[in-house]
Amino acid sequence: MSSISPTDVPTAPAGPPPAGPARATIFGVSLNIRQSGIYIAFALIVVLFAVLTDGALLQPQNISNLIVQNSYILILSIGMILIIIAGHIDLSVGSVVAVTGAISAVLMVDYGIPWPVALLLTLIAGGVIGAWQGYWIAYFGIPAFIVTLAGMLLFRALTLTVLGNQGIGPFPDPVRTLSNGFTDGYFGNVGLGVLGGADIFSLLIGVLAVGGMAVSQWRTRTARLGYRQAVDPLPVFLLKIVTAAAVILFVVVQLARFRNLPWVLVLLTLLVLAYSLVTSRAVFGRQIYAIGGNLQAAVLSGIKVKQVVFWLFVNMGVLAALAGVIFAGRLNQAGPTAGNTFELDAIAAAFIGGAAVQGGVGKVVGAITGGLIMGVINNGMSLIGSPSERVMLVKGVVLLAAVAFDVWAKRRAAQ
Amino acid sequence: MSDHILRMREITKSFPGVRALQDVNLSVRRGEIHAICGENGAGKSTLMKVLSGVYPHGSYDGEITFDAQECRFGGIRDSEQRGIVIIHQELALCPQLSIAENIFLGNERSRRGLIDWNRTNHEAGRLLQRVGLREHPVTMVSDIGVGKQQLVEIAKALSKEVRLLILDEPTAALNDEDSAHLLDLLRGLRAEGITCVIISHKLNEIAAVADRVTILRDGRSIETLDMRADDVTEDRIISGMVGRDLEHRFPPHDPSIGEEAFRIEDWTVHSTTQRDRVVVSKANLSVRHGEVVGLAGLMGAGRTELAMSVFGRSYGVGISGRVYRDGSPVEIRTVRDAINNGIAYATEDRKRYGLNLIEDIKRNISAADLGRLAKRGWVDDNEEFRVAEDYRRDMNIKAPSVLSVTGKLSGGNQQKVVLSKWIFTDADVLILDEPTRGIDVGAKYEIYSIINRLADAGKAVLVISSELPELLGLCDRIYTLSAGRITGELSRHEATQERLMTLMTTVTIKDPTP
Repeated sequence: MSSISPTDVPTAPAGPPPAGPARATIFGVSLNIRQSGIYIAFALIVVLFAVLTDGALLQPQNISNLIVQNSYILILSIGMILIIIAGHIDLSVGSVVAVTGAISAVLMVDYGIPWPVALLLTLIAGGVIGAWQGYWIAYFGIPAFIVTLAGMLLFRALTLTVLGNQGIGPFPDPVRTLSNGFTDGYFGNVGLGVLGGADIFSLLIGVLAVGGMAVSQWRTRTARLGYRQAVDPLPVFLLKIVTAAAVILFVVVQLARFRNLPWVLVLLTLLVLAYSLVTSRAVFGRQIYAIGGNLQAAVLSGIKVKQVVFWLFVNMGVLAALAGVIFAGRLNQAGPTAGNTFELDAIAAAFIGGAAVQGGVGKVVGAITGGLIMGVINNGMSLIGSPSERVMLVKGVVLLAAVAFDVWAKRRAAQ
Repeated sequence: MSDHILRMREITKSFPGVRALQDVNLSVRRGEIHAICGENGAGKSTLMKVLSGVYPHGSYDGEITFDAQECRFGGIRDSEQRGIVIIHQELALCPQLSIAENIFLGNERSRRGLIDWNRTNHEAGRLLQRVGLREHPVTMVSDIGVGKQQLVEIAKALSKEVRLLILDEPTAALNDEDSAHLLDLLRGLRAEGITCVIISHKLNEIAAVADRVTILRDGRSIETLDMRADDVTEDRIISGMVGRDLEHRFPPHDPSIGEEAFRIEDWTVHSTTQRDRVVVSKANLSVRHGEVVGLAGLMGAGRTELAMSVFGRSYGVGISGRVYRDGSPVEIRTVRDAINNGIAYATEDRKRYGLNLIEDIKRNISAADLGRLAKRGWVDDNEEFRVAEDYRRDMNIKAPSVLSVTGKLSGGNQQKVVLSKWIFTDADVLILDEPTRGIDVGAKYEIYSIINRLADAGKAVLVISSELPELLGLCDRIYTLSAGRITGELSRHEATQERLMTLMTTVTIKDPTP
């Protein structure tokens, strides 16, 4: 607190109270529709496809597939949302996925380097690629659109050079396990009545996750109340916790019934938690929002904008390398066409998940939800046998509708 | 024909949760200059938006008659067709197009779909003559100053055969010379029979140019005064605007001045765009603890450039000179250095450079010194909330909570957020660039009180302002800046508007050694 706080400032007549954000009232519960719209939309889409597929969408094996198939896009969308919040874009991630997949294949397969070392080297390579792009964008001042468009070509060319137009494989087993595999049944199975047998270890993790979430939410709420901040009324708070717990437990039970927890889900969960914390609580994360919200004001507030943007692209490079290894491990080979159009999926996930085109707005969980919406559409439509052109059409419409909704909500709030 | 060109009767306009206008009446006589006054949020701009069709017929209650005909505008095109043209505070020109192209934008002089350039430039030239702008029509708008751009806007309005010209804060961004020219031009247009409605915060200009003035307060029309017949003074207008007598426009202040806090010596800055042009030349100035020092200068004198170059070299190239804090020399190369050395700079353009308008009050207040609320890189957001709440209360920021988005606040409240942000950095030297620009009278008084309180707490405050009465009422000492040079230094009792203006327009002999 500052040593001076001017008090007793004379009061001028109060103006009209500023209008709040667009809100809707559902069952007596007031919701900020711009923030919660995405989760409601996700729930509706899941219900829609669950009905259309006669429940096949929510079958144990299908849920497992959904997560494993979309994991690399979701990892990319975490890095992408940060870049979009800062008001930039990265068109090169698909090519970076390809070139890092190729690098990891060369290291692990051709040179036989132990996989943990090779993985680390690949992540460093991704970081170097990110630093290269970050330098041109942050310090040289070329728009990210151009730099990463060039990167898209450069790194695809590099992939083709490294691979010589053929795939390299197969990958060591641990890498394949990370991409495709599941946790072991350490404690055996337990019968769940009509649901059949389920893995105890997975269930335990699920219960711990729910417990951890509930406790941390409760602590946050208590701390806020201690500072006399407005919080959700208790019934609403409990409703939210119970809903989230139900969703988590449902997914975990289904996975436990199939083949336990996919390793990528464990990885993804850790990444989402870590990056959510960074964006909401870390100084670095908050500076990203400041830069995207008003670049000039951020500069004049002493934020080292160039550094922040540079490290955002380094971070994107590392995450793209991680996605590259996971994708290659899943196919069990690094191919020259790997990662084609991944950048578009990652960007779409971020925008469907509530990012604003001008920057300054967005959440990691939103981008993940956006990615899952597209994943569910892909998966659900293929289950009901829709041709791929129709899937593409629907995804295009959803992207446009999501951004249109965001623009509409913003305009309504402004009036 | 009646002698009233425009009558607006019982206009009521509501937004969700807010009634912006209630039973507002406005009648404008043919060929007069009619001023509209009111605090920010009084409903001036809303009323003009109703008149020009930005808010279409049906979205408001009440009746508008223009030239004895009832108007039901569906959009701004409809009102322009009737000869009602509005010039907004933020100029709407395309900087990369020529003056002539801008004048006829949307109204092109063309033949069979192709632009007739000869006619365009010829007619533009005639219009420029009419508004007294000596520029070639093919000059790019980005190459002329704000004052001249304002004239281009008026030329554009004239090209549409305007009958009622509405100007929203036309002189807000102009220096006194350009303002005087603009007011002369309005008198000229009046002589040609064009009716003008002018919205302005500058009461001396209203007194100088307006025939009548209508005062709005809290969305209602309070009164219409005849500037010629009644004995109407600025204080009379102010009392109508605020609904109370503001006997003193400036809070009384008894300074207690201490040691020197901040000094610059031989400060020279070159223009970022033209590297050989000297913007600030060998400037020396100092501010002591507990002192409020003014920096007066016309637009383009280099006031903002001086401040921003000191503040971590945020402006300019080829910067030389020395900065002292509490008597010792300091090296300031970045904004971070400046903040770490206890220097703060509150910008003149808070929307573009001061605030993150899509973020809430809390996060704006903490933005310049977030590290202080963090441990090992992690922000304590509860503490942040508490700090922000303290400022909201102490600075009387009118918002339901610190979670309100700053973009929705009024100008005065936004300014209080900017000041809170810099006070939070615990700066000892505060450079406030136009701290009351675009703020209504009541909020200005609050800002002045805050400045006095800062000085009382031992802060050194440097105030840059275009309004001389403001500097005279607020400052213990005033420097004048003219064409990049400090041309004078007057104490509180030496300073008068006339003496300041003389020094501000002094042209010193060019120094042979650059």
